[in-house]
Amino acid sequence: MKKTKRYIQKLGVPRLIMLAFLMILLIAVGILHIPFTLTLSQCIVRVGINIVLALAMLPSIRSGIGMNFGLPLGIICGLLAGMISLEYNFTGLMGILMAMLISIIFSIIVGWLYGLLLNKVKGSEMMVGTYMGFSIVSLMCIAWMILPFHNTGIRWPMGNGLRMTITLEQWYDRALNELWMFKIGEVEIPTGLILTCAVFCGVMWLFCRSRLGIRMLAAGSNPEFSKFSGIDANRQRIIGSILSTVLGGIGIIIYAQGFGFYQLYTAPLMMAFPAVAAVLIGGATASKISVGNVVLGTLIFQSILSVAAPVASAIFPEGNLSEVFRTIISNGIILYALSKIGREE
Amino acid sequence: MDDKSEPLQIIKKAICTALVINMRKEERAMEGQPVLWFQQIKKKFGENVVLDGVDFKVMPGEIVSLVGENGAGKSTLMNILFGMSVIRQTGGYEGTIYMDGNPLNITNPNDAIHQGIGMVHQEFMLIPGFTVEQNIKLNREPLKKNIFSRVFGHSFETIDWDAENRDAKKALKRIGIDVNPGERIEQLPVGLKQFVEISREIDKENLKVLIFDEPTAVLTETEAEKLLKCIKSFSESGIAVIFISHRLDEVMRISDKVVVLRDGILVENAAVTSLTKEKIAELMVGRKLTERTEEYPDRNIKEEDIILEFRNVSVDMPGEDLRGFSLKVRRGEIIGIGGLAGHGKMAVSNAVSGMYPSTGEVLYNGKPLDVSKTGEALRHEIAFVSEDRKGVGLLLDQSILTNIIFNNLSLKGEFLKSYGFFTQIDNKAAKKTAEQMIEDLAIRCTSAEQLAGSLSGGNQQKVCMARALIAEPKLLFVSEPTRGIDIGAKRLILDYLLKINYEKGITVVMLSSELNELREVCDRIAIVAGGRLRGILGPKESNVKYALMMSGDESVRGGEDSYEKD
Repeated sequence: MKKTKRYIQKLGVPRLIMLAFLMILLIAVGILHIPFTLTLSQCIVRVGINIVLALAMLPSIRSGIGMNFGLPLGIICGLLAGMISLEYNFTGLMGILMAMLISIIFSIIVGWLYGLLLNKVKGSEMMVGTYMGFSIVSLMCIAWMILPFHNTGIRWPMGNGLRMTITLEQWYDRALNELWMFKIGEVEIPTGLILTCAVFCGVMWLFCRSRLGIRMLAAGSNPEFSKFSGIDANRQRIIGSILSTVLGGIGIIIYAQGFGFYQLYTAPLMMAFPAVAAVLIGGATASKISVGNVVLGTLIFQSILSVAAPVASAIFPEGNLSEVFRTIISNGIILYALSKIGREE
Repeated sequence: MDDKSEPLQIIKKAICTALVINMRKEERAMEGQPVLWFQQIKKKFGENVVLDGVDFKVMPGEIVSLVGENGAGKSTLMNILFGMSVIRQTGGYEGTIYMDGNPLNITNPNDAIHQGIGMVHQEFMLIPGFTVEQNIKLNREPLKKNIFSRVFGHSFETIDWDAENRDAKKALKRIGIDVNPGERIEQLPVGLKQFVEISREIDKENLKVLIFDEPTAVLTETEAEKLLKCIKSFSESGIAVIFISHRLDEVMRISDKVVVLRDGILVENAAVTSLTKEKIAELMVGRKLTERTEEYPDRNIKEEDIILEFRNVSVDMPGEDLRGFSLKVRRGEIIGIGGLAGHGKMAVSNAVSGMYPSTGEVLYNGKPLDVSKTGEALRHEIAFVSEDRKGVGLLLDQSILTNIIFNNLSLKGEFLKSYGFFTQIDNKAAKKTAEQMIEDLAIRCTSAEQLAGSLSGGNQQKVCMARALIAEPKLLFVSEPTRGIDIGAKRLILDYLLKINYEKGITVVMLSSELNELREVCDRIAIVAGGRLRGILGPKESNVKYALMMSGDESVRGGEDSYEKD
C-alpha cells in the first residue's frame, strides 16, 4: 500500500488527472461501440510520429533555454529538406534518410543562428522563440511560392509555387510505419517507426549521460556555477539550440511520412504547442526534463487526442461539431499543460 | 481659545500623556502583566515536532533574545505569532498566545500588525522602486479627502504627501539616521535599508512588540553598533523587543533575558546576568563546545617555499574592490584573509578563480597563472569553496552525487567510461566516491541521489567541500565556510580543514568575516581593509591590534611579510 502511494506520488497529480481523463475516454469508446483495435492502431502511430518532435524539447530545456517554442524553425528545415528529397524523387526509406540528412545540415545552421539570438534575449527565450517561429513561418510562406522547385508532383498544377499539401504516395508514404510491420490480432504494429523512435530516444538518453550532456545540464541549471567551473554557458545554449532544431527537422519528416502528407505554408505555425504540452504532461518543467518525461508525456497526450477524435464524432455525428469538440480538448490540454510550466513539483 | 494658550495646552497634554504612559508602565511592571505570553506552544509539521511546549513571557520594555541553532524552532514560533499561512496550512498549533492578558487570535499578518506587533526581517521587505517615505508609510499613508473619495469611498482618497514626508522624517530621526526620505530604496546601501525597515515599524503608532530577525547579519560592525543602540532606546521607551541572532556577543550585550531553544524545546529562560556566552552556546548545542577536537603537531612550513604569490593584484569586483594586493602563500600553511564585509577580502579568491577581471600577476609554484579564464585555476590543482553557496557553489536542482563529482568529470574527464567517440558517466564509480565523501564529512542526507537544494545550509557547505576535495587540490580556497550554518556543523567544518591541512598537506587560504574562527584555525592572518592589504598578524595577537588594523588604522603594522604600499 505504502509502495503504491509512493509510486503515485512520484507520478504526480497532473499525470494522474490526464490518465483518469484517458480512462474516461476509453470507457466511452466501449460504450459507444467504436472499433477498439482501429483506435489502438491509430494511437500507436500518433505517439510514434510525434515523439521526436517532443524530444526536441529535451536539449533546449537542459541547456537552459527552456521550452523551445521556436520549434517551427526546425520544422521548416525539415520541410525544406523534405521538398528537396521529393524534387529529386528519392523514394522509400532512401527518401526519408536523404530528407533527414539534408535537414540536419539546414538545422545546424539555423539552430546556431537561433542560439546566437537566444543568447541575446536571456530571460525571455520562450516569448521571443514563439514569435521567431511565427515570423519564420510567415516568411517561408513567400519562400514556398518562389523557391525554384520543378517537380510537377509538388508544384501547383497551374501557376507558381509549391502545393499546400503534398501527398507522399509516390515517394515514401508510411515507409517507416510499414517497415517490418506485423499484426497482433487486428492491431497493426509499426515496427520500423517504433524502432526509429527508440533509436532517437536512446541516443538522447546516452547524450544526457555523456560528458557533454552533463556539462550542458550544469550550464542550464546554474550558469554562474558552470562559469566558475570554466564552462561557457552561452556555448552550451547554442549546442542545445542546434540539437533541438535538428530534432525538430527530423521530427517533422517522421511525422510527415507517418501522416502521409507534407503540409506547407501556415501548417507549422502551431506545431510547437503540442510538443511542449506533451513534455509538460510528462512531468517536465521549464528547467528540468528527462527522456522518460518525453516518452510518458507523448504517450498520454497523443493517446488522449487519438481516442478523443472517434469519441467526439460518435457523440456529435453531424458535421463540424466533432471537429470543434476535438479542438477544444486538444487546446484545453495544452492550456492545462502550459499552466504547469516552470512549476516544480 | 487664543493663540498663546494653544502651545501651552499641547505641552500640558503631552506631559499628562507621558505621565499616564509612565504610570501604566509601572503599573504593568508591578502587576507583572506581560505584554506577550507564549503559553505552552506546540507545533507539528506532519510527524515532526518542531515546537514542544514552549512557554515564556515578554514584559513591556524588555529585550528578550531568542537563540538556538538553525532548525531549533525560532522561525516557526515567529510565524505562529504573525499568523503566517504556512502554519494554518500545516494544521495550526496548540497552546495560546496572550497579549496584555488577552488571548490573541491572529489569522494573518495584518491582524498581527493591528495588534501592535512589528517585525524587522532578515531579508528586506521593502519595495526597491519606492522612496524611503513611501516604504515607511506603505498601506498606512496619511490621506486627504477629495471629490471622488466622497462618492466612491475611502480607497479613492489622495495621499497627503507633506504629512507622509513629515512622519517619515520623524521616524528616521527617532532612530538617529540621516537619510533623505525622498531617496529611492534601490539607491541606498544595504545597511541603511535595514534602518528604513526599522523606521517603518516604529512609525506604527500602537507598536508594542518589535521583533528583529537576525538584523545584524548584513550590517558592518559600526552599523550593527548603531542598531543595537537603537534597539536599546526602543526598550527604554516601553516597547518590548524580541531579538533573534546568531551573534552571541550582541545577545550578551543588549538582552535583559535570554530564551534558548533546542530542537523545539525551551532549554533556558533566564536573565542575561546569570549567563555567559559559553553557557548559551553550550545550551544551544546541548554538548560542550571544545576548542579543537584534535591538536596537530607542528608542520614543517618553510618561509621561502611559496605555493602561490600575488603580485600587485587589483580586482574589479562590485562591492569588494581590491587594489595593489601582494601576498605570498607558503606551502602547507593555513592562511586567513580577514576584514570587514565589503572591504575587498572576497576579491582574493575571486581573482584566482577568474570570476572577476583582475590585473597584476598571480604566480602558482613560481609560474604565472592565467586568471583571465575561469576553470584555469581548477586545472592547476587549485580548488574553491565559494562564499555564494546557492549562486555559484551548487547545482541546487541536481543530486548530491552530480554536485560532488561535477568538476572532476567536466575538467578531468574522470568518472567517465569512454566508448570511442562518445563517453558515458560511470555511475558506479561516481556513487562510490560520493558515498565515501558523504560518510567522511557526515553529510546528513537520505541518499546520494537527494537534491542538493533540499539540504540544510551546513550540509550544502559540506557538499561544496566534498567537491573541492575530490579534485585532490594542493591549494584550497574556502570563503566564508561557516556563514549561515549552525554551531555543530561549524565545528565539524573547521576541524575538517585542520585535518586535511595536516594529513594531506593541502595549503588552505581561508577568507572569513569571523575573526574568531580565523584566529582559531589559521597560522597567519592577512587583514584587508578599504580594498588594501593592511598587514599580516599571528593568531595570538591582541584584539586591539586586530580591531585597529581592520578599521584601516595606519598606525598598526603587521609585519613579517613584505607588502608593497603605493
